Amino acid sequence: MIKITFVASDGERREVEIEEGETAREAALYNDVPGIDGDCGGVCACATCHVHVDPEWIDKVGRLMHDGMEADLLQFAEGTTEYSRLACQIPMKPMLDGLVLHLPEQQY
Amino acid sequence: MDSQIAEPDAAARIASIPIEEIDVARPSLFQNDTIGLFFDRLRAEEPVHYCRESYVGPYWSITKFDDIMSVDTNHKVFSSEAKLGGIAIQDMHSVEGALELEMFIAMDPPKHDQQRKAVTPAVAPSNLQLLEPIIRKRAGEILDELPIGEDFDWVDKVAIELTTMTLATLFDFPWEERRKLTRWSDVATAAPETGIVESYEARREELIGCAMYFKTLWDERINEEPKNDLISMMAHSPATRDMPFLEFLGNLMLLIVGGNDTTRNSISGGVLALNQSPDEYAKLDADPSLISKMVPEIIRWQTPLTHMRRTALEDWEIGGKQIKKGDKVVMWYLSGNRDESAIERADQFIIDRKNPRHHLSFGYGIHRCMGNRLAELQLRIIWEEIHKRFSRVEVTGEPERLFSNLVRGITRLPVRLRAR
Repeated sequence: MIKITFVASDGERREVEIEEGETAREAALYNDVPGIDGDCGGVCACATCHVHVDPEWIDKVGRLMHDGMEADLLQFAEGTTEYSRLACQIPMKPMLDGLVLHLPEQQY
Repeated sequence: MDSQIAEPDAAARIASIPIEEIDVARPSLFQNDTIGLFFDRLRAEEPVHYCRESYVGPYWSITKFDDIMSVDTNHKVFSSEAKLGGIAIQDMHSVEGALELEMFIAMDPPKHDQQRKAVTPAVAPSNLQLLEPIIRKRAGEILDELPIGEDFDWVDKVAIELTTMTLATLFDFPWEERRKLTRWSDVATAAPETGIVESYEARREELIGCAMYFKTLWDERINEEPKNDLISMMAHSPATRDMPFLEFLGNLMLLIVGGNDTTRNSISGGVLALNQSPDEYAKLDADPSLISKMVPEIIRWQTPLTHMRRTALEDWEIGGKQIKKGDKVVMWYLSGNRDESAIERADQFIIDRKNPRHHLSFGYGIHRCMGNRLAELQLRIIWEEIHKRFSRVEVTGEPERLFSNLVRGITRLPVRLRAR
């Protein structure tokens, strides 16, 4: 099992566990972490699982690729930064054990 | 089933039509609400279906949830460009004398992206929360005026009123003249055969009148400090403030239509759905906290826009069928929203689904409805206010539906209220 900590916009931290191969989106939804909607079902089609990767983890997770669907969708999301990613596009692997993801105020 | 079939043997008749002759573009099928039976057949027998001849020319129908998702998220192959025909089954440029509006919903990147980004902050949830108290107050006032225990038309007295009221609030539109917004929305999507306008010329004149009206508001707002309303935001944003006239009008109409027909018909559709599923109405009555889950279910159930259309920019295979460059491809959201392979018990209205937002009504990909959280907010407020006041909104007669293959509209819904 791999650990992820979700930090809500009010600072509240939730540590959850997820199996290798699942995504950060599933980690939130399976554990009822509020703040991730994931309307489309995890297929990179709606941008309602927007997270800010903790700066310390961004190189391990990988930065947003600038010429793909994820970037096409995130450009319309609110409050994006250089650390923005869609949680459905972050597959969990052992090197991400302990990952910290910050949640935006709202998803839409 | 949600279809109230007027003709008793309709199901048998529809089952006997040769599959290649099925044409789901006919607006009468939506008006008499037999369309669901046609989509049931297409999903079961030929989920990617080619219609050779119709009043809108040849077109492909995409009817399954996952196939629709794959087209909607592939904007590089499936174009929304107005000049190729745009986003509806009827080409945008095909009718002489029609006003060709330019709006970003009917554009491809990069122009689409710039314009959408300019308007999006206006409907960001954080911004909309500022409007919630005023929407709630005005909704309450409209509901307090309604007669108890007496038949009236829900569409006219409630659905249109509430939607127009929110739209006027969003635009900070002159309050006494707010029904103009309703009229312009109706006109923008109208063809002469609907009876809403007499001719395309008449439509053109009304829309120019609309543009002039908004130009005046625009000129006022641009000289004031930026505010939270949609016109002020467009007037002050670098991406939208120097728009050519038709683009300006197009984007305004997009916001008006986007926020009007859709919400109006979801308000009526929700009442109808609850009446057709009395157990669900009882659940709601017992636990009004279900409203936030019921709202996306209402939007799925109603599917206020039946489809979006794309044009293939290259040959592409979907579901074993070969789509050719230049072909018209119609994603039938109304059908995908009843697809059992993607949504459990899709033919039932269930107000406490586990993943109620997993539906197609807002589309997916870069053209996904930018007002989706606004729509939910409005519907949530309205249902909370209805619940406080009335124990039942009882449907007392047959609904009447719109003659349209795009807007799934309810034009009349007789109801009677019971006070709480």
